[in-house]
This record gives sequence, structure tokens and C-alpha cells, in this order.
Amino acid sequence: MDTLLLQIFNGLSVSSILLLIALGLAITFGLMKVINMAHGELIMIGAYVAYVTQLFFIKYVSKEFFSFYFIVAIPLAFVVSALVGLLLENVLIRFLYGRPLDSLLATWGVSLILQQLARNIFGAPNVDVVSPSWLNGGLRITAGLQLPYKRLFIIAMVVFCIAGVYFFFYHTANGRKIRAVMQNREMAACLGIPTRKVDAYTFAFGSGLAGIAGCTLSLLGSIGPSLGTYYIVDAFMVVVLGGVGRLIGTVAGALSIGILNTALEFGTTATIGKVLVFSIVIAFLQWRPLGLFAIRSRALD
Amino acid sequence: MEGVSKYLVKEKLIFLLAAVLLLVVAPLTLSGFRLNLLGKFLAFAILALGIDLIWGYTGILSLGHGVFFGLGAYCMAMYLKLEAAAGKLPDFMVWSGLNDLPWFWEPFRHAGFALGMAILLPVVLATILGFLTFRNRIQGVYFSILSQALAIIFTTLFIGQQKYTGGTNGLTNYKTILGYSLSSPVTQTVLYLITAVTLGWVYLLCRSMVKTRFGRVLMAIRDGENRARFTGYDPALYKVFIYAFSAGLAGLAGALFVTQVGIISPAMMGIVPSIEMAIWVAIGGRGTLVGAILGAILVNAAKSSLSEAFPSAWLFFIGALFVGVVIFFPEGIMGFLKSLSGQQRGKKYYGRLPQSILDMTKGGLGNGWHYSLLGKRHR
Repeated sequence: MDTLLLQIFNGLSVSSILLLIALGLAITFGLMKVINMAHGELIMIGAYVAYVTQLFFIKYVSKEFFSFYFIVAIPLAFVVSALVGLLLENVLIRFLYGRPLDSLLATWGVSLILQQLARNIFGAPNVDVVSPSWLNGGLRITAGLQLPYKRLFIIAMVVFCIAGVYFFFYHTANGRKIRAVMQNREMAACLGIPTRKVDAYTFAFGSGLAGIAGCTLSLLGSIGPSLGTYYIVDAFMVVVLGGVGRLIGTVAGALSIGILNTALEFGTTATIGKVLVFSIVIAFLQWRPLGLFAIRSRALD
Repeated sequence: MEGVSKYLVKEKLIFLLAAVLLLVVAPLTLSGFRLNLLGKFLAFAILALGIDLIWGYTGILSLGHGVFFGLGAYCMAMYLKLEAAAGKLPDFMVWSGLNDLPWFWEPFRHAGFALGMAILLPVVLATILGFLTFRNRIQGVYFSILSQALAIIFTTLFIGQQKYTGGTNGLTNYKTILGYSLSSPVTQTVLYLITAVTLGWVYLLCRSMVKTRFGRVLMAIRDGENRARFTGYDPALYKVFIYAFSAGLAGLAGALFVTQVGIISPAMMGIVPSIEMAIWVAIGGRGTLVGAILGAILVNAAKSSLSEAFPSAWLFFIGALFVGVVIFFPEGIMGFLKSLSGQQRGKKYYGRLPQSILDMTKGGLGNGWHYSLLGKRHR
């Protein structure tokens, strides 16, 4: 019983991480149709923001407040990654709308440059981020079952982000504008919505979410310049499996890949499990090429 | 008509010149080390031709060609490894605690079988995968992402199955090929010549493919898949064929690569090398066969000279190259050369259009980023 509960919890935990990294992508790729291969590096930037904030707290802030560095790091990571995203959109992405394959190659180039930059600034070896003390330990359910606070925190973080994104898109004026522009650009422009501005801010918002993901991931282990590359393809698979353009699809995609992954790794080995998950996803796309939650459209091209 | 035949004569001359350069001048003048490097680049050029066929001509960006390249290389490497082991168990299998040769290694004792499998295995894998994806009309970016997943699956699998594949270290330490020592300069020169001749042959094959109606259908699929479908062609069939064909070329390139470089490891078949392969073609010029060859040779030459001198600058350089090519030179080196020499030809073409159409497209044709008069352009 305990193992089953633990496996379910592990599955949820893996799903929550996948969802966190895919959430930003669901906006930049799902809504804007931009293939941003540098998304992984925006995650890396978020993680390094956590690292730098920690260094800052060690140096300038008294010890009893050290544990609060993480609370500061999360919004900071959002802002920094969003700014990098804004810059990226302005100098590169805006020339590439409507050319998805080209944006894939160009942003891959950007990701190589960002990785090398991180290597030059922080050094090639991984660095450690000390998790705040209030996240150590775990919640004891039964004698044999303890749920680590870190994992619970990540799940809570994801729920918070999803709720935030949902509220922003469906219950604020700016969110409505974004949806309007993405659904019918010409009509939105006619009604006076500044579409260029909306593009830029939407991309920055998606990038900022990547920053939060990176900051949160720093809880799980040491971080390095190639942190993003571990996650980027997984993130794309989540969005593709869920169905492009629907938030609920991304949630469903992350949940199914995460739980499947844990179950299969439990049954076989880690590598075989991963191979099986990818194979199942590819097989599933044979059956429903548009993913779990597709937007129905009669458009041909 | 006169212009066309003149153009053909010029093309033949260039081909002959390149052949003389590669087959006679290079082996005589270059040192063994440089010749070996050039041989490696030529093997890459074969693979680039395959990528150009599927991407430049058909508009499908595959980011998993490293897998096909790797499969070809591994097939050849298994043969070389068995020959080096001289009847005993290959060294890494001993280290991983295997006692007997696995059954699927057994037939690789024969060089012919290994070479055949180096081409056949990628073709079969690509046919299955292509059939499943293209028949379901999975296209564009989705296919690219799936092909990337393929690269991940295979690298994880090859790293995980250490006792069968040599794990992260891959397969290396070969001694002989068909009894000839791999370290002797003569063998290496012969291998180089084989690679160069193969490249020439593959080029001619690809050229004859794209010049025919078959090639025109491929381009039609690239420029407007649904239009091609409504005209009665089955795009899925063509796509599966060209995907399998380019996978076969990648396998062949891998087999030639491993004999000259002497190592194959999962790191050479993953996502990063696979994307780099696409950039060779983009830099050379998509949709031109010569461009693919040029791109593969030039980028790799730059890589080996730059990363020798400044290892960290290489990533900045290739990163900037990715961005620069896409934004400033979407047609690569060949497009750049053409714009230098062929300005007039372009003018003549537009000059033949009726004035009404020219009026309609004013401002659109000149900077024509997304669309041209003839429909959606792949850029």
C-alpha cells in the first residue's frame, strides 16, 4: 500500500516538474507557434538567478533571514527571464513569426550562445543551491511513507502557476487581448489592439514562467550550463501530446507522461522506462495526431 | 536553349574540376592527418546531401538524422570490432561480464553484411517511422520534434545497453579492415578515395532524382502539400520514400565515417549533432545539392580549425552562424553566390510576368519573406 501511494506521489511529482517546464512553452509554442529551443536556457537563467540571489544573501543579509532568499528569488527569476525573453523577441523572434522551422534553428543558435555565456560567467562545473531550511524534511503520512516538503512545494508552485496563468488569460483585460490576437490577428488589430506589443509581452510572459521553473528546479539538485537541454525535448513532448494551444492539454500531457514514466521506470529500468514512454507517446500520436485536447478547425493549411 | 546547354557545360566542367581536386590533387598534396579530416568531411557531405533532399527539396526538417548516421556507423564498427577481437569476445563485452557473443553480433563478422546493414537498417527504421507519421499527416514542426525524440530514444538506449553497444564510450580500438591495417597511410588513402568516389556517385544520383518529375513532385509537396495532394499525388508515399532514401545515405555516410575516424559513440548520434547536420545544409544553401556539400565541408573545416584554436569560441561562432544564416542568408552560400552573379536572371523572370500581376505584388516580391506569387515558399 505504501509503495503504491509513494509511486503515485512520485508520479505526481514528476508530472509537476514537467508541467512547470512546459507551462512557459505552452504559451510561446502553443499559443504563439514559436519554436523556442532556447526555452531550456531561460530555465537555466532562472536557476542561476536563484544561485546568485543565494550568494547575495550570504554576503549582505544576516543569517536568520537566509532562508527567505528563495521567496525573493522566485519573482526575481520571473523578471530576469522575462526580460531576456523580451530582448530575444525584439531582436530575433519577431523576424521569424510564421517560419517555425527557421525559428527552431535560430533559437537553437541562441541556446548554444547562452550556454557558453553561462559557462564563461559561472564556470563549466555544476554549482549547488542550498535549499531553504523550511523545505528540509517531509510530511510523515504513515510509518513507511514520508513526503518531502520540497516535492510538495513544487506541486504547490505548479498549482499556483496554473491558477495564475488561467486567471490572467481568462479573467483580465490583457489576457483577453492576448487570446484575441492569437486567434484572429487581423480582426484584433482592426479593433485597436497593438498586436506587436501583445506579441512581445506574451513571449516575455512565457519566458518568465521558464524562469520560475528554473528557480524551482534548483531545489532538486545542482545546476549547470546545460540544465535546460535535459528538459527541453521533454517539455516539447508534453505540449505536443497535450495538444497545442490548450492549457488543459498541457496539464493532461504532463500528468500522463509523468505518471507513465514513474510506473514504467518502476516496472523496468530508468533507460528502458524512458524509451517506452517516448514510444508510447509516438504511438499515441498515430491515433490522435493533434494530441489529447485538439482545437478543432476546418482550416486546411 | 543555348543558355541551358551552356549552363550544363559549365556544370560539367565544375564537376570534373572538383573531381580532379578531390581525387588527384588532395591525396598528393595534403598530409595524412589533413586527408583523413577531409575524408571525414566528405562522409558528412554524403549525409548532407540526404538532409538536403528531405529538407531543402521536400521541406521536412528531420532532427534525428544523427540516429541513422549512428546506426550505419555502429553496423560498420561492429564488423571492425569483431575483426580487431580476432575470434575472441570484443573487449568491452568482457568488461561488462558477457561470456558469449550476442546472436545479433554474429553475422557482423562479414564486411559485406555489415555494410549492407549499415544502409538497410536506417532505411527500414525510416520507412516504418515515416509510414506511421506521414500517413497520419504529422507535418512541419511536429515531425521535427518527434524526430528529435527519436534521437533521445536511441542515445538513451545505446548508453543504457552497455554490454551490447559499449555504452557511453561507444565502439573504438579497431585494427584492420578486410585484413589491411587501419593505421597504415595507404589504407587511409584508399578509404579516402572510396569516400570521395561515393560522394560523387551519390551527388549524381541525387541530381538525377531532383531533375526528374519525381524531384518536381517533392518540391511541389514542399511548396504546397495540399495542392500536390489535390492534383492526384500521394505526398505521404513520396515523403516516406525520400525519408528512407536520405536515412540510407546517412547510414552509408556513417559507415564511411567510422572507418576513417575510428570511433563511434552515442554522443555523435544525439540531438546536438543532429541539429548541427541541419545547419550544414542551411549554411550551404537549402535546395541546392552543391550547397549541401559545400556547407558540410566548410562548417566542419571551420569547426576543426576553430575548436583547435579557441575551444570556447566555437559554440559562440556556431550559435551566431545559426542565427545569422536564418535571418540574413536564408538561402545560404549558394543563394549569396547566385545573388552576386544572377541578378539579371531574376529580373528577366519577373519581366515576363503580366503587368497586372506585378502591380498586385508590388512590395511583396521584393522582400518576399513569407509568401511569393507562386504560393507559400519554404524558407
